[in-house]
Amino acid sequence: MSNKLLEIKNISAEYRTDDGVSKVLNDVTLSLGNGETLGLVGETGAGKTTTALAIMGLLPKRTGFITNGSIEFAEEGNLLEKNEEIMKAIRGHRISMIFQDPMTSLNPVIRVGEQIKESFKVHMPDLSDEDMEKKVDEILEMVGIPAARKREYPHQFSGGMKQRVVIAMALSCEPQLLIADEPTTALDVTIQAQVLHMMDNLKKKLNTSMILITHDLGIVSQNCEKVAVMYAGSIIESGTAEEIFLNEDHHPYTIGLFGSIPDLKKQTRRLSPIDGLMPDPMDLPSGCVFHPRCPKCMEICKNEVPESVSMGGEHQIKCHLFKEVE
Amino acid sequence: METPVLEVKHLKKYFKTPAGQLHAVDDVNFTIEKGHTLGVVGESGCGKTTLGRTILRLLEPTSGEIYFNGEDITKAKKDRMKAIRRQMQLIFQDPYASLNPRMSVAEIIKEPMIVNKMYPTKAELDKRVQELMEVVGLAPRLMNTYPHEMDGGRRQRVGIARALATNPEFIVCDEPVSALDVSIQAQILNLMMDLQEEKQLSYLFITHDLSVVKHISTEIAVMYLGQCVEKAPTAELFENPLHPYTKALLSAIPAIDITQRGKEMELLTGEVHSPVNPVNYCRFHSRCKFACEACKEHEYELKEVSPGHFCACPMCGSLE
Repeated sequence: MSNKLLEIKNISAEYRTDDGVSKVLNDVTLSLGNGETLGLVGETGAGKTTTALAIMGLLPKRTGFITNGSIEFAEEGNLLEKNEEIMKAIRGHRISMIFQDPMTSLNPVIRVGEQIKESFKVHMPDLSDEDMEKKVDEILEMVGIPAARKREYPHQFSGGMKQRVVIAMALSCEPQLLIADEPTTALDVTIQAQVLHMMDNLKKKLNTSMILITHDLGIVSQNCEKVAVMYAGSIIESGTAEEIFLNEDHHPYTIGLFGSIPDLKKQTRRLSPIDGLMPDPMDLPSGCVFHPRCPKCMEICKNEVPESVSMGGEHQIKCHLFKEVE
Repeated sequence: METPVLEVKHLKKYFKTPAGQLHAVDDVNFTIEKGHTLGVVGESGCGKTTLGRTILRLLEPTSGEIYFNGEDITKAKKDRMKAIRRQMQLIFQDPYASLNPRMSVAEIIKEPMIVNKMYPTKAELDKRVQELMEVVGLAPRLMNTYPHEMDGGRRQRVGIARALATNPEFIVCDEPVSALDVSIQAQILNLMMDLQEEKQLSYLFITHDLSVVKHISTEIAVMYLGQCVEKAPTAELFENPLHPYTKALLSAIPAIDITQRGKEMELLTGEVHSPVNPVNYCRFHSRCKFACEACKEHEYELKEVSPGHFCACPMCGSLE
């Protein structure tokens, strides 16, 4: 087992608003080793992005609160106990993030070269201006953009190119952990394939660990070593990619998620989706959060929150259907 | 043989831009039989949406003919067109933007029937609204709710109910599920397929998602820069893609099957070119790994390679 880079233990978070308390993360536990890629899968509102923001310490200040748990990062210790000063030094330098929409995460009135340089100015202020420029050129070439284009503005780039610029910014300080929040959702398939291919190469080159947030199970199966499936703020199943894609036992939600995707290999007459909708985080169901939509719901599911059950290896399922495998 | 529901011949739609002619749809031909679905796939900017809108004459075609049940609608006058449009409807991509936020669900579904004066009394109209809501799986209690109170899946159901209101034979579906989560997407796809079987609807299904298009279509047309580069029955296209662009597109889909991991993908280099003043030979030339000088000597032509399978690659058959 490779040494741990990130260990999230029993994190719970909530948003407090005038309308009530929204429980967005419930007892989330995750771990990630050096150089590994973790795929975080789930639908809109499952808490994927909130998990990322919690790691970055970027939950909205007035409304977002972490109520329990710890986030251990490398030798830094618990990130939740760090003050803003230290977090600023870590953010963008040792942990960085790629946001979903490349169109809105770049500043439209600043040349892309300047935007990349910004992270050097913040995190490596000792570098001379020439060195910084040189590093900007290098990083642009690395993501496949001619260095000469650094004097252009974001609107002069296409969607795929903009996402490359965003990736260049995130990787500029060679972070140990990269959080990519739906990095290719806004892109066409052929461009998506280019970007994913490039990210994989860069990751290997820099030995960066990555959390890849996505709803596309195809991307997960091709790019991730580990997988965690989220539903209504909880991780309901996790394991290595092989365990999630090849093992027979799964959480009923995971089965539903797979059943919802048209398979390119098989010809099915109808898809088998999950009935109903994601619950409102302000009013989560008692017991197992999935029980109102679960086809295999039992009496116990309505009252008791299921514990994580180990299915052998790293495979964990949070469901009353399963008993511990020795 | 029965007349096809829709037949499109040499359809062109050009836009004038300061930089020159933008060839959004360039010489597209196809037919859709009753109860069948033609899937149109391609990347953003390839002219899929323009094609859908031009067929409904929401955009005036530059040239070409559109036969709906045997009648050339490009020549139809305004009144006639209004009557024809009852038979051809559109489901939009974005269920958030395509519903009027100031109208309740019942009002939205009612509107096309009021415009077309389909029911003389209010009671009949209300009954019809209830029927439609039941058909698309919306609870009757939602009648008086407003779009902002509903989630994306329910909104898209309202959009479908509105499209069905005038009993159309043909519906253009412009990326109807791409804004939805996978589990909701599956619910909507199932609904659309059930409706098709029940009412013998014909769909023109526009999408960029190849797995969705495979699931729902009988035939698929692949578009690149305004042109149809390959067209074939669904199974044939996936088993035996001929055009280098189709191959690259299929290979770019991340497979769910984990055993396929690490498989070499046919990565396309570069990006889609501008459709303004395009070249008069193969438009995929600049990104194609098989491209050669000889390609430039052939003008665009969609050739029938095997029965029902059309391909526009000038070198088609001589590759590999």
